[in-house]
Amino acid sequence: MDPAAAAAAEEEGGEKPPVIYTMENKPIVTCAGDQNLFTSLYPTLSQQLPREPMEWRRSYGRAPKMIHLESNFVQFKEELLPKEGNKALLTFPFLHIYWTECCDTEVYKATVKDDITKWQNVLKAHSSVDWLIVVVESDAKKKNKTNILPRTSIVDKIRNDFCNKQSDRCVVLSDPLKDSSRSQESWNAFLTKLRTLLLMSFTKNLGKFEDDMRTLREKRTEPGWSFCEYFMVQEELAFVFEMLQQFEDALVQYDELDALFSQYVVNFGAGDGANWLTFFCQPVRSWNGLILRKPIDMEKRELIQNQEATLLDLRSYLFSRQCTLLIFLQRPWEVSQRALELLHNCVQELKLLEVSVPPGALDCWVFLSCLEVLQRIEGCCDRAQIDANVSHTVGLWSYATEKLKSLGYLCGLASEKGPNSEDLNRTVDLLAGLGAERPETANTSQSPYKKLKEALSSVEAFEKHYLDLSHATIEMYTNIGRIRSAKLVGKDLAEFYMRKKGPQKAEVYLQGALKTYLAEGWALLVTHTRKQLAECQKQLGQIENYLQMSSLLASDNHLTEDERKRFCQEILDFANQQAESQGQKVILSMHSFAQLKTLHFDPPNAVVHVGGKLSVELTLLSQMPIPVQVDQIAIYVHFNIEKNSYRKTAEWLTKHKTSNGVINFPNEVAGFPLSRNNLPALELYEMYERSPSDNSLNTTGIICKNVHMLLRRQESSTSLDIPSGVTLEDGAHMLKCNDLILEPGINKISFKTQAKEPGTYTLRQLCTSVGKVQFVLLHIYPIVQYDVYSQEPQLKVEPMTDSLLAGIPQKVKFTVITGHYNMKSGDALQLSNADAMPALYNPEIKAVIYSNTREKISESSLRIQSSEKITSISLPVTPAYHVIEFELEVIYLPSTPESAVERENTVNKEAHRKNKEKQKPDNRMATVDQKVTIDCPWSIYSTIIALTFCIPFNAKHSLLSAGKRKYVQVCVQNLSELCFQLSDNSLKNSASCADLQLVPLNPESQQVIYSKQSIFFVWELKWTKELPLSLQCLFSVSFCPATSEEQSLSLKPFTYEFQVENFFTLYNVKTEIFPPLGAEYCKTGSLCSLEVSITRLADLLEVDKDEALTESDGYCTTKLMYEVVDNSSNWAVCGKSSGVISMPVAARATHKVHMEVMPLFAGYLPFPDVRLFKYLPHHSAHSMQLDADSWIENDNLSVDKNVDDQADSSSIRSRSSLHSAASGEHKGLPMPRLQSFSSGQVFNCSTGMQILVVPSKDDHVLEVNIT
Amino acid sequence: MAVCIAVIAKENYPLYIRSIPTENELKFHYTVHTSLDVVDEKISAMGKALVDQRELYLGLLYPTEDYKVYGYVTNSKVKFVMVVDSSNTALRDNEIRSMFRKLHNSYTDIMCNPFYNPGDRIHSRAFDNMVTSMMMQVC
Repeated sequence: MDPAAAAAAEEEGGEKPPVIYTMENKPIVTCAGDQNLFTSLYPTLSQQLPREPMEWRRSYGRAPKMIHLESNFVQFKEELLPKEGNKALLTFPFLHIYWTECCDTEVYKATVKDDITKWQNVLKAHSSVDWLIVVVESDAKKKNKTNILPRTSIVDKIRNDFCNKQSDRCVVLSDPLKDSSRSQESWNAFLTKLRTLLLMSFTKNLGKFEDDMRTLREKRTEPGWSFCEYFMVQEELAFVFEMLQQFEDALVQYDELDALFSQYVVNFGAGDGANWLTFFCQPVRSWNGLILRKPIDMEKRELIQNQEATLLDLRSYLFSRQCTLLIFLQRPWEVSQRALELLHNCVQELKLLEVSVPPGALDCWVFLSCLEVLQRIEGCCDRAQIDANVSHTVGLWSYATEKLKSLGYLCGLASEKGPNSEDLNRTVDLLAGLGAERPETANTSQSPYKKLKEALSSVEAFEKHYLDLSHATIEMYTNIGRIRSAKLVGKDLAEFYMRKKGPQKAEVYLQGALKTYLAEGWALLVTHTRKQLAECQKQLGQIENYLQMSSLLASDNHLTEDERKRFCQEILDFANQQAESQGQKVILSMHSFAQLKTLHFDPPNAVVHVGGKLSVELTLLSQMPIPVQVDQIAIYVHFNIEKNSYRKTAEWLTKHKTSNGVINFPNEVAGFPLSRNNLPALELYEMYERSPSDNSLNTTGIICKNVHMLLRRQESSTSLDIPSGVTLEDGAHMLKCNDLILEPGINKISFKTQAKEPGTYTLRQLCTSVGKVQFVLLHIYPIVQYDVYSQEPQLKVEPMTDSLLAGIPQKVKFTVITGHYNMKSGDALQLSNADAMPALYNPEIKAVIYSNTREKISESSLRIQSSEKITSISLPVTPAYHVIEFELEVIYLPSTPESAVERENTVNKEAHRKNKEKQKPDNRMATVDQKVTIDCPWSIYSTIIALTFCIPFNAKHSLLSAGKRKYVQVCVQNLSELCFQLSDNSLKNSASCADLQLVPLNPESQQVIYSKQSIFFVWELKWTKELPLSLQCLFSVSFCPATSEEQSLSLKPFTYEFQVENFFTLYNVKTEIFPPLGAEYCKTGSLCSLEVSITRLADLLEVDKDEALTESDGYCTTKLMYEVVDNSSNWAVCGKSSGVISMPVAARATHKVHMEVMPLFAGYLPFPDVRLFKYLPHHSAHSMQLDADSWIENDNLSVDKNVDDQADSSSIRSRSSLHSAASGEHKGLPMPRLQSFSSGQVFNCSTGMQILVVPSKDDHVLEVNIT
Repeated sequence: MAVCIAVIAKENYPLYIRSIPTENELKFHYTVHTSLDVVDEKISAMGKALVDQRELYLGLLYPTEDYKVYGYVTNSKVKFVMVVDSSNTALRDNEIRSMFRKLHNSYTDIMCNPFYNPGDRIHSRAFDNMVTSMMMQVC
């Protein structure tokens, strides 16, 4: 825009509303023609025009907009039309309207037509095509002139004359002042037309303008191009958009200007300088901040227009315009955000352009600007809105605070002493650069200008303003949850307080910040803050805290070596001060001083007996940078008498602590947040709850014992706070180590102690004393304990093998646990001898002495003295809490008569129940307990120890017969795992009858019996006279382990005593089967005859004298019952299968029984069994006590035996007829009973015989079994 | 280019932080630490809205006079913070994005290392080199 045009614009400003107040700008529409007519219509028009929105279609693909049009109607003047090259848009008339009321053709022709033509020519001259002719018609006029042409004709004429092809450029408004529907319609049509034409004009003219503008912009690389000129052009466009209330579009124009300028600055920085830009690089002389209270800062605008603006001026003006538009757009938060960007950006741009700025000037500018923006936003928003959007504004607050702080530092306002003269000069210079306060804020008491001026005026005022700002900022940050930012501002504040020598106020902020940094594990920040805090505490005289902080810093490897040494020296200096009167010690946490790394026990299981020596070796990692002379290191030990009695025994302790004696302590990794660091590991324990009444288990589970540590709030844990009431426990139990030097890094410290009372000792605390300072580790974690126990002496005797076998020498291990007893010379174990178990003395026996931890200490030989009653084993001299072990051979000689009888009984019983015995072979060895009484030297009581021996053999006997000859068989079974050699077997008749002889039939004298196998021995029994009723026999066999080389000493043989009764053969039973007469062989299905002949072999004997015997005429007879049984179902016995016979008791008396049998199968069939029983009369007193086993379970028989001997009835008949008899028997009637003969009394000479049976001829069925 | 690059664990303690040696390291630590406020704010703001297609890049966290701080958060809530000199106008959003992507890739490689314990400080030469290259680049 050239100055002339600008001047023109200024001029017009006088007539019309001034251009500056853009809100009141409206697009200009000129009015020509009948002014009176227009004036009468104007109110309605200006009111009606903006009522309805109109869609504005835009070029360049911009989105269409609904727009409410308003217009500034001015009288048409030629001067209003822009001259060629004038680019002013605000003053541009967008539409020209000609108003006429003419309805008379004559009048039209005479004046109106000429007038319009003139008007048109002027427009044409300025190439303006945006015009409209309005013909107003009213009925009133029509009535006056009756003889008129149809009204349309005037309009038609006008259209003909002027609007060739553009008939819409002429509109009719009828009866505009009447309130009729017709008039309304006409108005609406007119307004729509007007709006349409206005928009068309906008589109066209703005488009043209934009094109021109773009052309201008493209020229920017040309030498003479001026940014300021271009700025004015584009701003014109922005103004128009603003005028049209298109704030968004207006903002875009400014943003484009902003970006363009920024780009130039960047390019300039990169060396591509534009000439015009150097102008903006003039030194900054004024820093009076942004001005946002006026929509347009005309001062600045003029400066730009005159190309006199500095960078700050341009930026300020641009931002003020953007701010205005943004506030129109109701986006105040964007203002604050952009403001911060702008401020940062300006600072950067000034730097980039190397503009010379006096120190502090920018700080002033920024400070003022921040406050100005904040106040502007506050001015357009209510409190609640501001509070809800603190996050948008807090940045500005913080920035302002920061700037004020740096100003204060710069001007010496933040020091203890106050500003010096140099500072004052600087202050004066800065204030000068602010200039005078602007009129718009002059009346506001809180204007940024006043604030800054006041703050810089005095130390107190500065402090007040700075604190206000800081506190406000901290509060805002805290409220929106930006804790870290709040802490940072707080730290600045602390720094300020420290400069002002107000450490007590600084401390709070430093502690707060430190807590945050610690919690999040920012090591460097922690270190820095600690350093500040240490200084603060030093000034405050908080000796303990200061020393603690110093120790933390001395161990901090983020500091330089020198700094660390300095802090370490601080501690040492304090520690070595001569204790002034009060010997108060300062107790500090050990964490920073040294770390406990490992702890090593010797003995490794940390279990010692009373009086034993225990050493504890600590590994301490000293974190101090220099060697530290330590007066004493002490471990405080808590003593606890064992609660659980079962823990008392050394064995339990030895078993349960299998560690190698080294306890590692978890590393504290510095720098990790507390949450990671301080969470202790879970301490889980088993839990059993037993019912109080019967001690049965009620519940079991796992308990976490440190829940309180795990679940507590984490905030409350800072390594700083040591509970003030740290009390070291009583020194009753304490391990000490005096006068040593802790070198930096790993140190090993040994403690030695002698165990005193039994119990558990827990290492609780560790305390390092350096002069007046004590470093205390309050809890040693994980829990470290050692146990002291006392133990009673014990003797244990255990077999070396799983079980001891009787009869052979075997080793038994003696273990003597000395416990608290010292074995003196002459102490001996006294074993009272038992006859059955002598101890075998072996001169080579050695006793081995172990320590309680099973380490072998020494070996010594044993002296064993045996007298008749007592074996005395002298034990070697052994100190307390050791173990003596030795082995002794013992042998058990199983020969006591009672045990033999016992065995005999069992054998007899077994003989009775052969069936059952077979079913469960007795594989278990019989056992014998042997008790040994031992007198120990430590006790007046005897120890009785039971040893269990197993008898390796089991023996059985049986009697075999062959006619009248008799044999005795003994079966020896080896039940053990060992092999034995048997020798010298013998069987003796204990009754020692001279006429009885036992002839051995055993070939060898020595035999080996393997494990789990049997050997049989047979003797033939020979006699010369009559046999005794019973025979008492004693079997004995010597044995020794087959593997043992040497023949053992006087081993006792294995003996087996048994009795045989009634073994003389009384009857011989012979069975014969004959084929039917005439047949050579028996045939299946054909009856054969069976003959049983029973022969008495002896005359009347003692055995026969029982109830069955009847005597008459010197002849004795007895009743026998025979029975033919075929259990294998080979034979069908036809007719009677059993019967009772009367047998004369005389040698060679024979009774024959015949019966018919039928073979059922072909082949060699075994003979059916014939059994013989003694038939005792029913009056026997023992009738009801029959052994159930002696009955043959055959009801056929039980029926038959009730029948009289000669009863000759068929079995079927007898069964039915005699059923009542059988039931009678059950009613308790006396009945005869059967008694079996003892084995050997009946000899069946047909046992095992077979007869060939041929198949019958008519048997066509051939059974073939293929397997 | 970047003047400080930091990797911060989910719990907000630094896993890795490195700044250009010429400048005061402490200042960057403070800057990065403070920027976590805005990271937290941004994460919680977008947390629920866009779970599926969440943008990892958080954009400019906050500008200071001299530096611009950018943020990025992985799905496992590990944060990357990059401090860039304000005067370095050549760096646009896209470059920053691609730098973060590179950083993320390199971080993923570290996580893939079976000898690396997630949550431990990062001591990796490869990562170091990558960070160095980002700090050297352009400048």
